[in-house]
Order: sequence, then structure tokens, then C-alpha cells
Amino acid sequence: MARFTFRGGVHPYDGKDISKDKPIKGYNPKGDAVYPLSQHIGAPAQAIVNKGDAVLVGQKIAEAGGFVSSPIYSSVSGTVKAIEPRRVTTGDMVMSIVIENDGEFNEVTYETPKPVELLLKEDILKLIQEAGIVGMGGAGFPTHVKLAPKEPEKIDYVIANCAECEPYLTSDYRRMIENPEKLVEGLKIILRLFDNARGILAVEDNKPDCIKVLKELTAKEEKISVVSLHTKYPQGSERQLIYAATGRAINSSMLPADAGCVVNNVDTIVAVYHAVVEGKPLLRRIVTVTGDCIKEPCNFNVRIGTNYRELIDEVGGFAKEPEKIVSGGPMMGFALFDLDVPTTKSSSALLCLSHDEVADAEETACINCGRCVEVCPGRVIPSRLADFAQNNRKEEFEKMNGMECCECGCCSYICPAKRHLTQSIKSMRRTILADRRKK
Amino acid sequence: MKEKLQVSTNPHIRDKWKTNNIMSLVVIALMPTTIFGIWNFGWYAALLIAVTIASAVISEWLFCKIIKKKSTIKDMSAVVTGLLLALNFPPHLPLWIGILGGAFAIIVVKMLFGGLGQNFMNPALGARCFLLISFAKYMTDFTCDAYTGATPLTALKTGETVNVLDMLIGTTGGTIGETSMIAILLGACFLIIMGVIDLRIPGMYILTFAVFVLIFGGRGFDLSYLSAHLAGGGLMLGAFFMATDYVTRPITKKGQYLYGILLGILTGVFRIFGPGAEGVSYAIIIGNLLVPLIEKVTLPKPFGKGGEKA
Repeated sequence: MARFTFRGGVHPYDGKDISKDKPIKGYNPKGDAVYPLSQHIGAPAQAIVNKGDAVLVGQKIAEAGGFVSSPIYSSVSGTVKAIEPRRVTTGDMVMSIVIENDGEFNEVTYETPKPVELLLKEDILKLIQEAGIVGMGGAGFPTHVKLAPKEPEKIDYVIANCAECEPYLTSDYRRMIENPEKLVEGLKIILRLFDNARGILAVEDNKPDCIKVLKELTAKEEKISVVSLHTKYPQGSERQLIYAATGRAINSSMLPADAGCVVNNVDTIVAVYHAVVEGKPLLRRIVTVTGDCIKEPCNFNVRIGTNYRELIDEVGGFAKEPEKIVSGGPMMGFALFDLDVPTTKSSSALLCLSHDEVADAEETACINCGRCVEVCPGRVIPSRLADFAQNNRKEEFEKMNGMECCECGCCSYICPAKRHLTQSIKSMRRTILADRRKK
Repeated sequence: MKEKLQVSTNPHIRDKWKTNNIMSLVVIALMPTTIFGIWNFGWYAALLIAVTIASAVISEWLFCKIIKKKSTIKDMSAVVTGLLLALNFPPHLPLWIGILGGAFAIIVVKMLFGGLGQNFMNPALGARCFLLISFAKYMTDFTCDAYTGATPLTALKTGETVNVLDMLIGTTGGTIGETSMIAILLGACFLIIMGVIDLRIPGMYILTFAVFVLIFGGRGFDLSYLSAHLAGGGLMLGAFFMATDYVTRPITKKGQYLYGILLGILTGVFRIFGPGAEGVSYAIIIGNLLVPLIEKVTLPKPFGKGGEKA
């Protein structure tokens, strides 16, 4: 039973007005395109081109490195310039294929697959796997793995994550406004994989126009419903979304499939549509370039591999000096120290802020006010967990359910003492996970 | 573009509320009862309040100076402690007791345990109980120009009749800040509306206490007796401003309900079966001591393990 909301969560300034009315604009990169071999969860992809090779748009340049992995396709035409470590949004150096862009965008011809009705389940999964589709909401989990649970007949709900709860982000919103039919068709394709499943388009109620359009489009679809969820961060977090849409709850050690659910982001579902109907691999994604430093905020349909700096130049540069640049949304995104990084499959936004609220927040003593407990969607006690984390008390940390944290950032956001709660808890979780792997 | 960009982990935005804003709101919420106290008892009360607050703030500043830590007086918590302590004083208490109390609250009860957030007992109440034991003569002398004789609660204890309406308005004897139920509730409503406190602790506290009085008060269902108990003494001030002290109350929601019930029972026991008329201060400091235990047994279930249900 849908509950439309969850316990906890916060309501930050949403900043969506800055870019929500800017139509999606195509952009062709002028400079080199860079494809990190690891832009998904799982094994890195293996390069199948060599330095000096000529490549076309839509040509596979890296093969999946295993089942939980994903191939990569070139989104520009030109020559392979290098295969070398390059800086990515998280700040790491990752082995990447660099392609010198000839600016021609000569494309391969795609083989149009058979009509969807004639495709077997295996064929659909194969097409998705081959297209290099991964979760485009941010996590980058290979979609074909997600869509192939052990017992597909036990899946009751396929949920399209249309919440877009992160402030400032409007990429999914624009997709829903401009290509709602692709979203619905993509969802129908995924539903073909699960005989007993119903489709749910889960939208936050701050997007009434999307809800209206999607309701009209699905009026005749018996198996698909549109659910309007309360607007609250992190409504789009997988566990919270499943709970709000179906009333089922999973903990950190369970998968959505354990609750009979499969969740996919808007852009991912559209990519599935392109792959299965048109036979096209994943080459582009929508990126919102926004923030108070940007002259002309914009939603771009960007070729993956495009340098971030080009996107900033394309919107006319900075109106104000940015103090902080974030890849992704302000709650979960990565702060960049260098703009010279490529767009990847899971880059949803480029947020440029003239003022860094974290830098001027002076950390003071915890007064035990309980606001972090109030907002925590994981229902743990962030202030205590952070204490344990800072004192390296792993046992107590785990005993107090520290591993149930989803790192959404609500506690750090709300803390009046400006403690870096999420950061402490996050690093402790990483340490414990690393310890477990060692064993 | 700037040479250097700021880098930090997520989240990159912060809510505007800071600790000192919250403390300031508490001070504002205490203003109705403070102003009423001054009006009720005269200018000496104002002087006593000012001196006690000054003592608390200066003690904190000095302590930080001596241990070579950055001064923490900007967080406003010493002001709240000083004010709350002064509101618990009889109106004609000698100033030196106020100064001693302010210093004791801050230095002994708070700073020696690690400063704000680390003290296990409410500093204002800790100091009050210290003064009550050490200087009982001064601390229980409620006679002043306006009111002579017993406070309503003492009168109630000895079986005299009291005027409940006077107690609601506050024109009775008592400590500076506890007499007017209406003024206290006004401040409490403000805090609830501003989201600083919620009704979990005060609600359970007052409810449990009321039930306790009805059952064990020996007067049966006597509404005027009950309302005299509710309006009298430090119950309202204690329930809304001291029991809700963030640092010394349980952080878990269930724990807060439990804590409220516990305080209600303790206050009832002290008031009805104890030798004195008053019991709120002792109930709350005993409650404070049980907080770690309460938190331990009320650890919330996480999401996906039963904790998701609203």
C-alpha cells in the first residue's frame, strides 16, 4: 500500500526554478572526449581500441569487464589519442580512453532490433546490457543486472524513480516534460521482463505538470499507475521511494528485489527505450548546469565524455566567482577542485555556487537537540554514531545500527551545531566495509 | 575563476539554524514569565536576575580563559542557564547567593564535565538543588512586600484552600519565574511553534502527574485541587523549560515519552508523599541521571527493520 512519504527527511531550498523552464538543448563537444573505464559499479570495462585507432560515434570502445560491468561507446568521431589515467568527478585518477574529436560526428549505422513484441526476455536484457546502460540517477549500477533478479516472477512492482528530490536538479523533470512517451514506452519494455509486475511512475508532488502528462499518457495502461509522492528529500532514495510507493521496507542488507521491487531512474528508462526500440547504445545524458554563478542556466543533452569546462563555456561562463562547484546535487554530489573532468553516465548536474555554506559553518559542540534523529530516514541516531566514528569505536558503531545509514546527508544539513555528521559516519562505514572485505 | 575551489564531502548545503539561535529563542520564550516576575516582585528581582546571568556568563568566560580554550559564551547557553536559575530563586534572595549559584551551575555542573553538551545534569537545576541544601533558610524564604506566608503549594500541602485563579495569573508568592502559569505557557507555545521543543516530554510529564494526583492525592476527582497542583510550584516552568533541556533529556523519541512519564511519577511521589511541598527540581535531576539507561532501552529500530512505520 502506498504511503506517499516516509519518516524523516528535510526540505532544503530547492533551487529548481533556476533551470526548470529551460528546454533540453543538444550540445556537441569541440574538444577531446574522455571516457573513464570505470563509470559504473562493478568491474572496470576493458578498452578494445588502441592509440591511433579511428572511431565513429556509436562504436564500442570498451567491453564489459564481467557480468556486473558495462561496455562503453564513443559519442564522438575521431582518433584514439591516449589510454591513460584521467581525473574524474570524485577526484580520483581513473584509466580512461581519450578520443581526439574531429568535430564530424560520423555515426555508425545501427541495426534496428525486431519489434518489441517479437523480442524474447533474453533479447531485451541482451540489448540493454550491450547498450552500456547503467543507473543514471547517480549510483551507476549496471541496469541489466538490476533487471535480472534471481526470481523475476516474484517482482510485483517496477518503479520509475521520477522523484528527483535533489535540490537544483531538473534533468529528470525536463525529460518527463519533453519525452514522457519514451519514459512510458521504456517502462512498458521493462515490464515485459516481469510477468507479474505492475509499473509505478513515482513523482514528487512539486511536479504537478509531469503528473498530469504521465497520467494522461498512461490512462489506458492497465498495468501502469502514477503515484504522487510528498515532496521531501530524500524521497528519491531507493529504500525511501519503495516504501513511499508500495509500503514495503528494506534494510541496508536487502535488495529492492527482496521486496519484489525494481527501481530505475527516468533517464535510465529512456535509455532502455533507445536501446531496445532503436538499437542505440547509451551516448548521451541530460545534465543540468545551474547555480547562482551561472549566467544562463541550462539543461543539456550532453554527449558522455564531454569536458565540464566546455559546458560552462557554452552557458556563457560564470556570472559570479564560484566558491564551490558540485557534480550532482547539493545533498549527494561531489565537490570538484578542477573543472577539467568528463561527463559520465551518472553525471546529473553541474552546480556552481558562489557561496559555500559548509566553509563558513563553524563546528560547535553537540547539544543533543535530536534534530538529526528527527530527520534521519534510516531511523538511526546520527549524533551518537558520529561520536563513535570519531573515536574509532567500531563495535558500538555497528551495534547502534551505523551500517543502516544511507549517507543522504540530512543530519549534516539540519545540525545546528554544524557538525560534519554524514562525513564521520560515511568514513566509518567505508572502514568497516573494507574490513569485512578483507576477512 | 578562483584559483582554489572549496572541496568537502556531501551535503554541500546547510540549514540556517545555529545553536545560538535556538538558545536565543529560549531566552525570548522566558521573557513573559521573567517580565511578569519583575512586575510581581519588584525591581530587586530584575537585579537578581541580571546578576545571576552575569555570574554564569563571566564564569564560563573565565573558565575557558583559564583552561586556554576558545570562549564558548557566544552560544548563549550560559545566558539561558543563568536566567533559568534566577527564575527559580525567591524574590529577595541575597545577591551573593545568585552569584554563587551562577558560578556553581556553569563551572561545577557544566564545564567540569566537558562544557556544553557533555553535562549529565541540568546546570540550573543542579545549582538550585545545591543552594537549596546549602542555604535552605534563604532559598525557602518566600516572604516579600506583596505576599506573606506560605506559597500556594505549601498551603495546599497543609490543607488550606488556595485561589486557583491567582495561581493561573501568577499573583501569588513563590520563586520569581514560576508563579504565572499563563506567562509560562505563552513562552512554551512560542517554543513549540518555533519547533524548538515538542510536547512529548512536557505532555507526558503533566499528564502522568495529573493522573498520579487524581489517584494518590487523596481528594478523589477534585478538579480545583488538581488545577492547584498543576499551576502551583515549578511544574510548568520545569516541564516546559527544564525537562526539555536538550542536553539532559533522552534523544530517542520513545525515551522522551518514558522520561516524561518517569518525571510525572517522581514529582507526584515527592509532592504527595515527600516531606516538602515541591518536587519538580529533584524529579528532573533524578530523571537526568537515568537518561543513559532510558536511551539504552529505547534505541530506535532502523528503517527496514521495523523502524519505518510512522
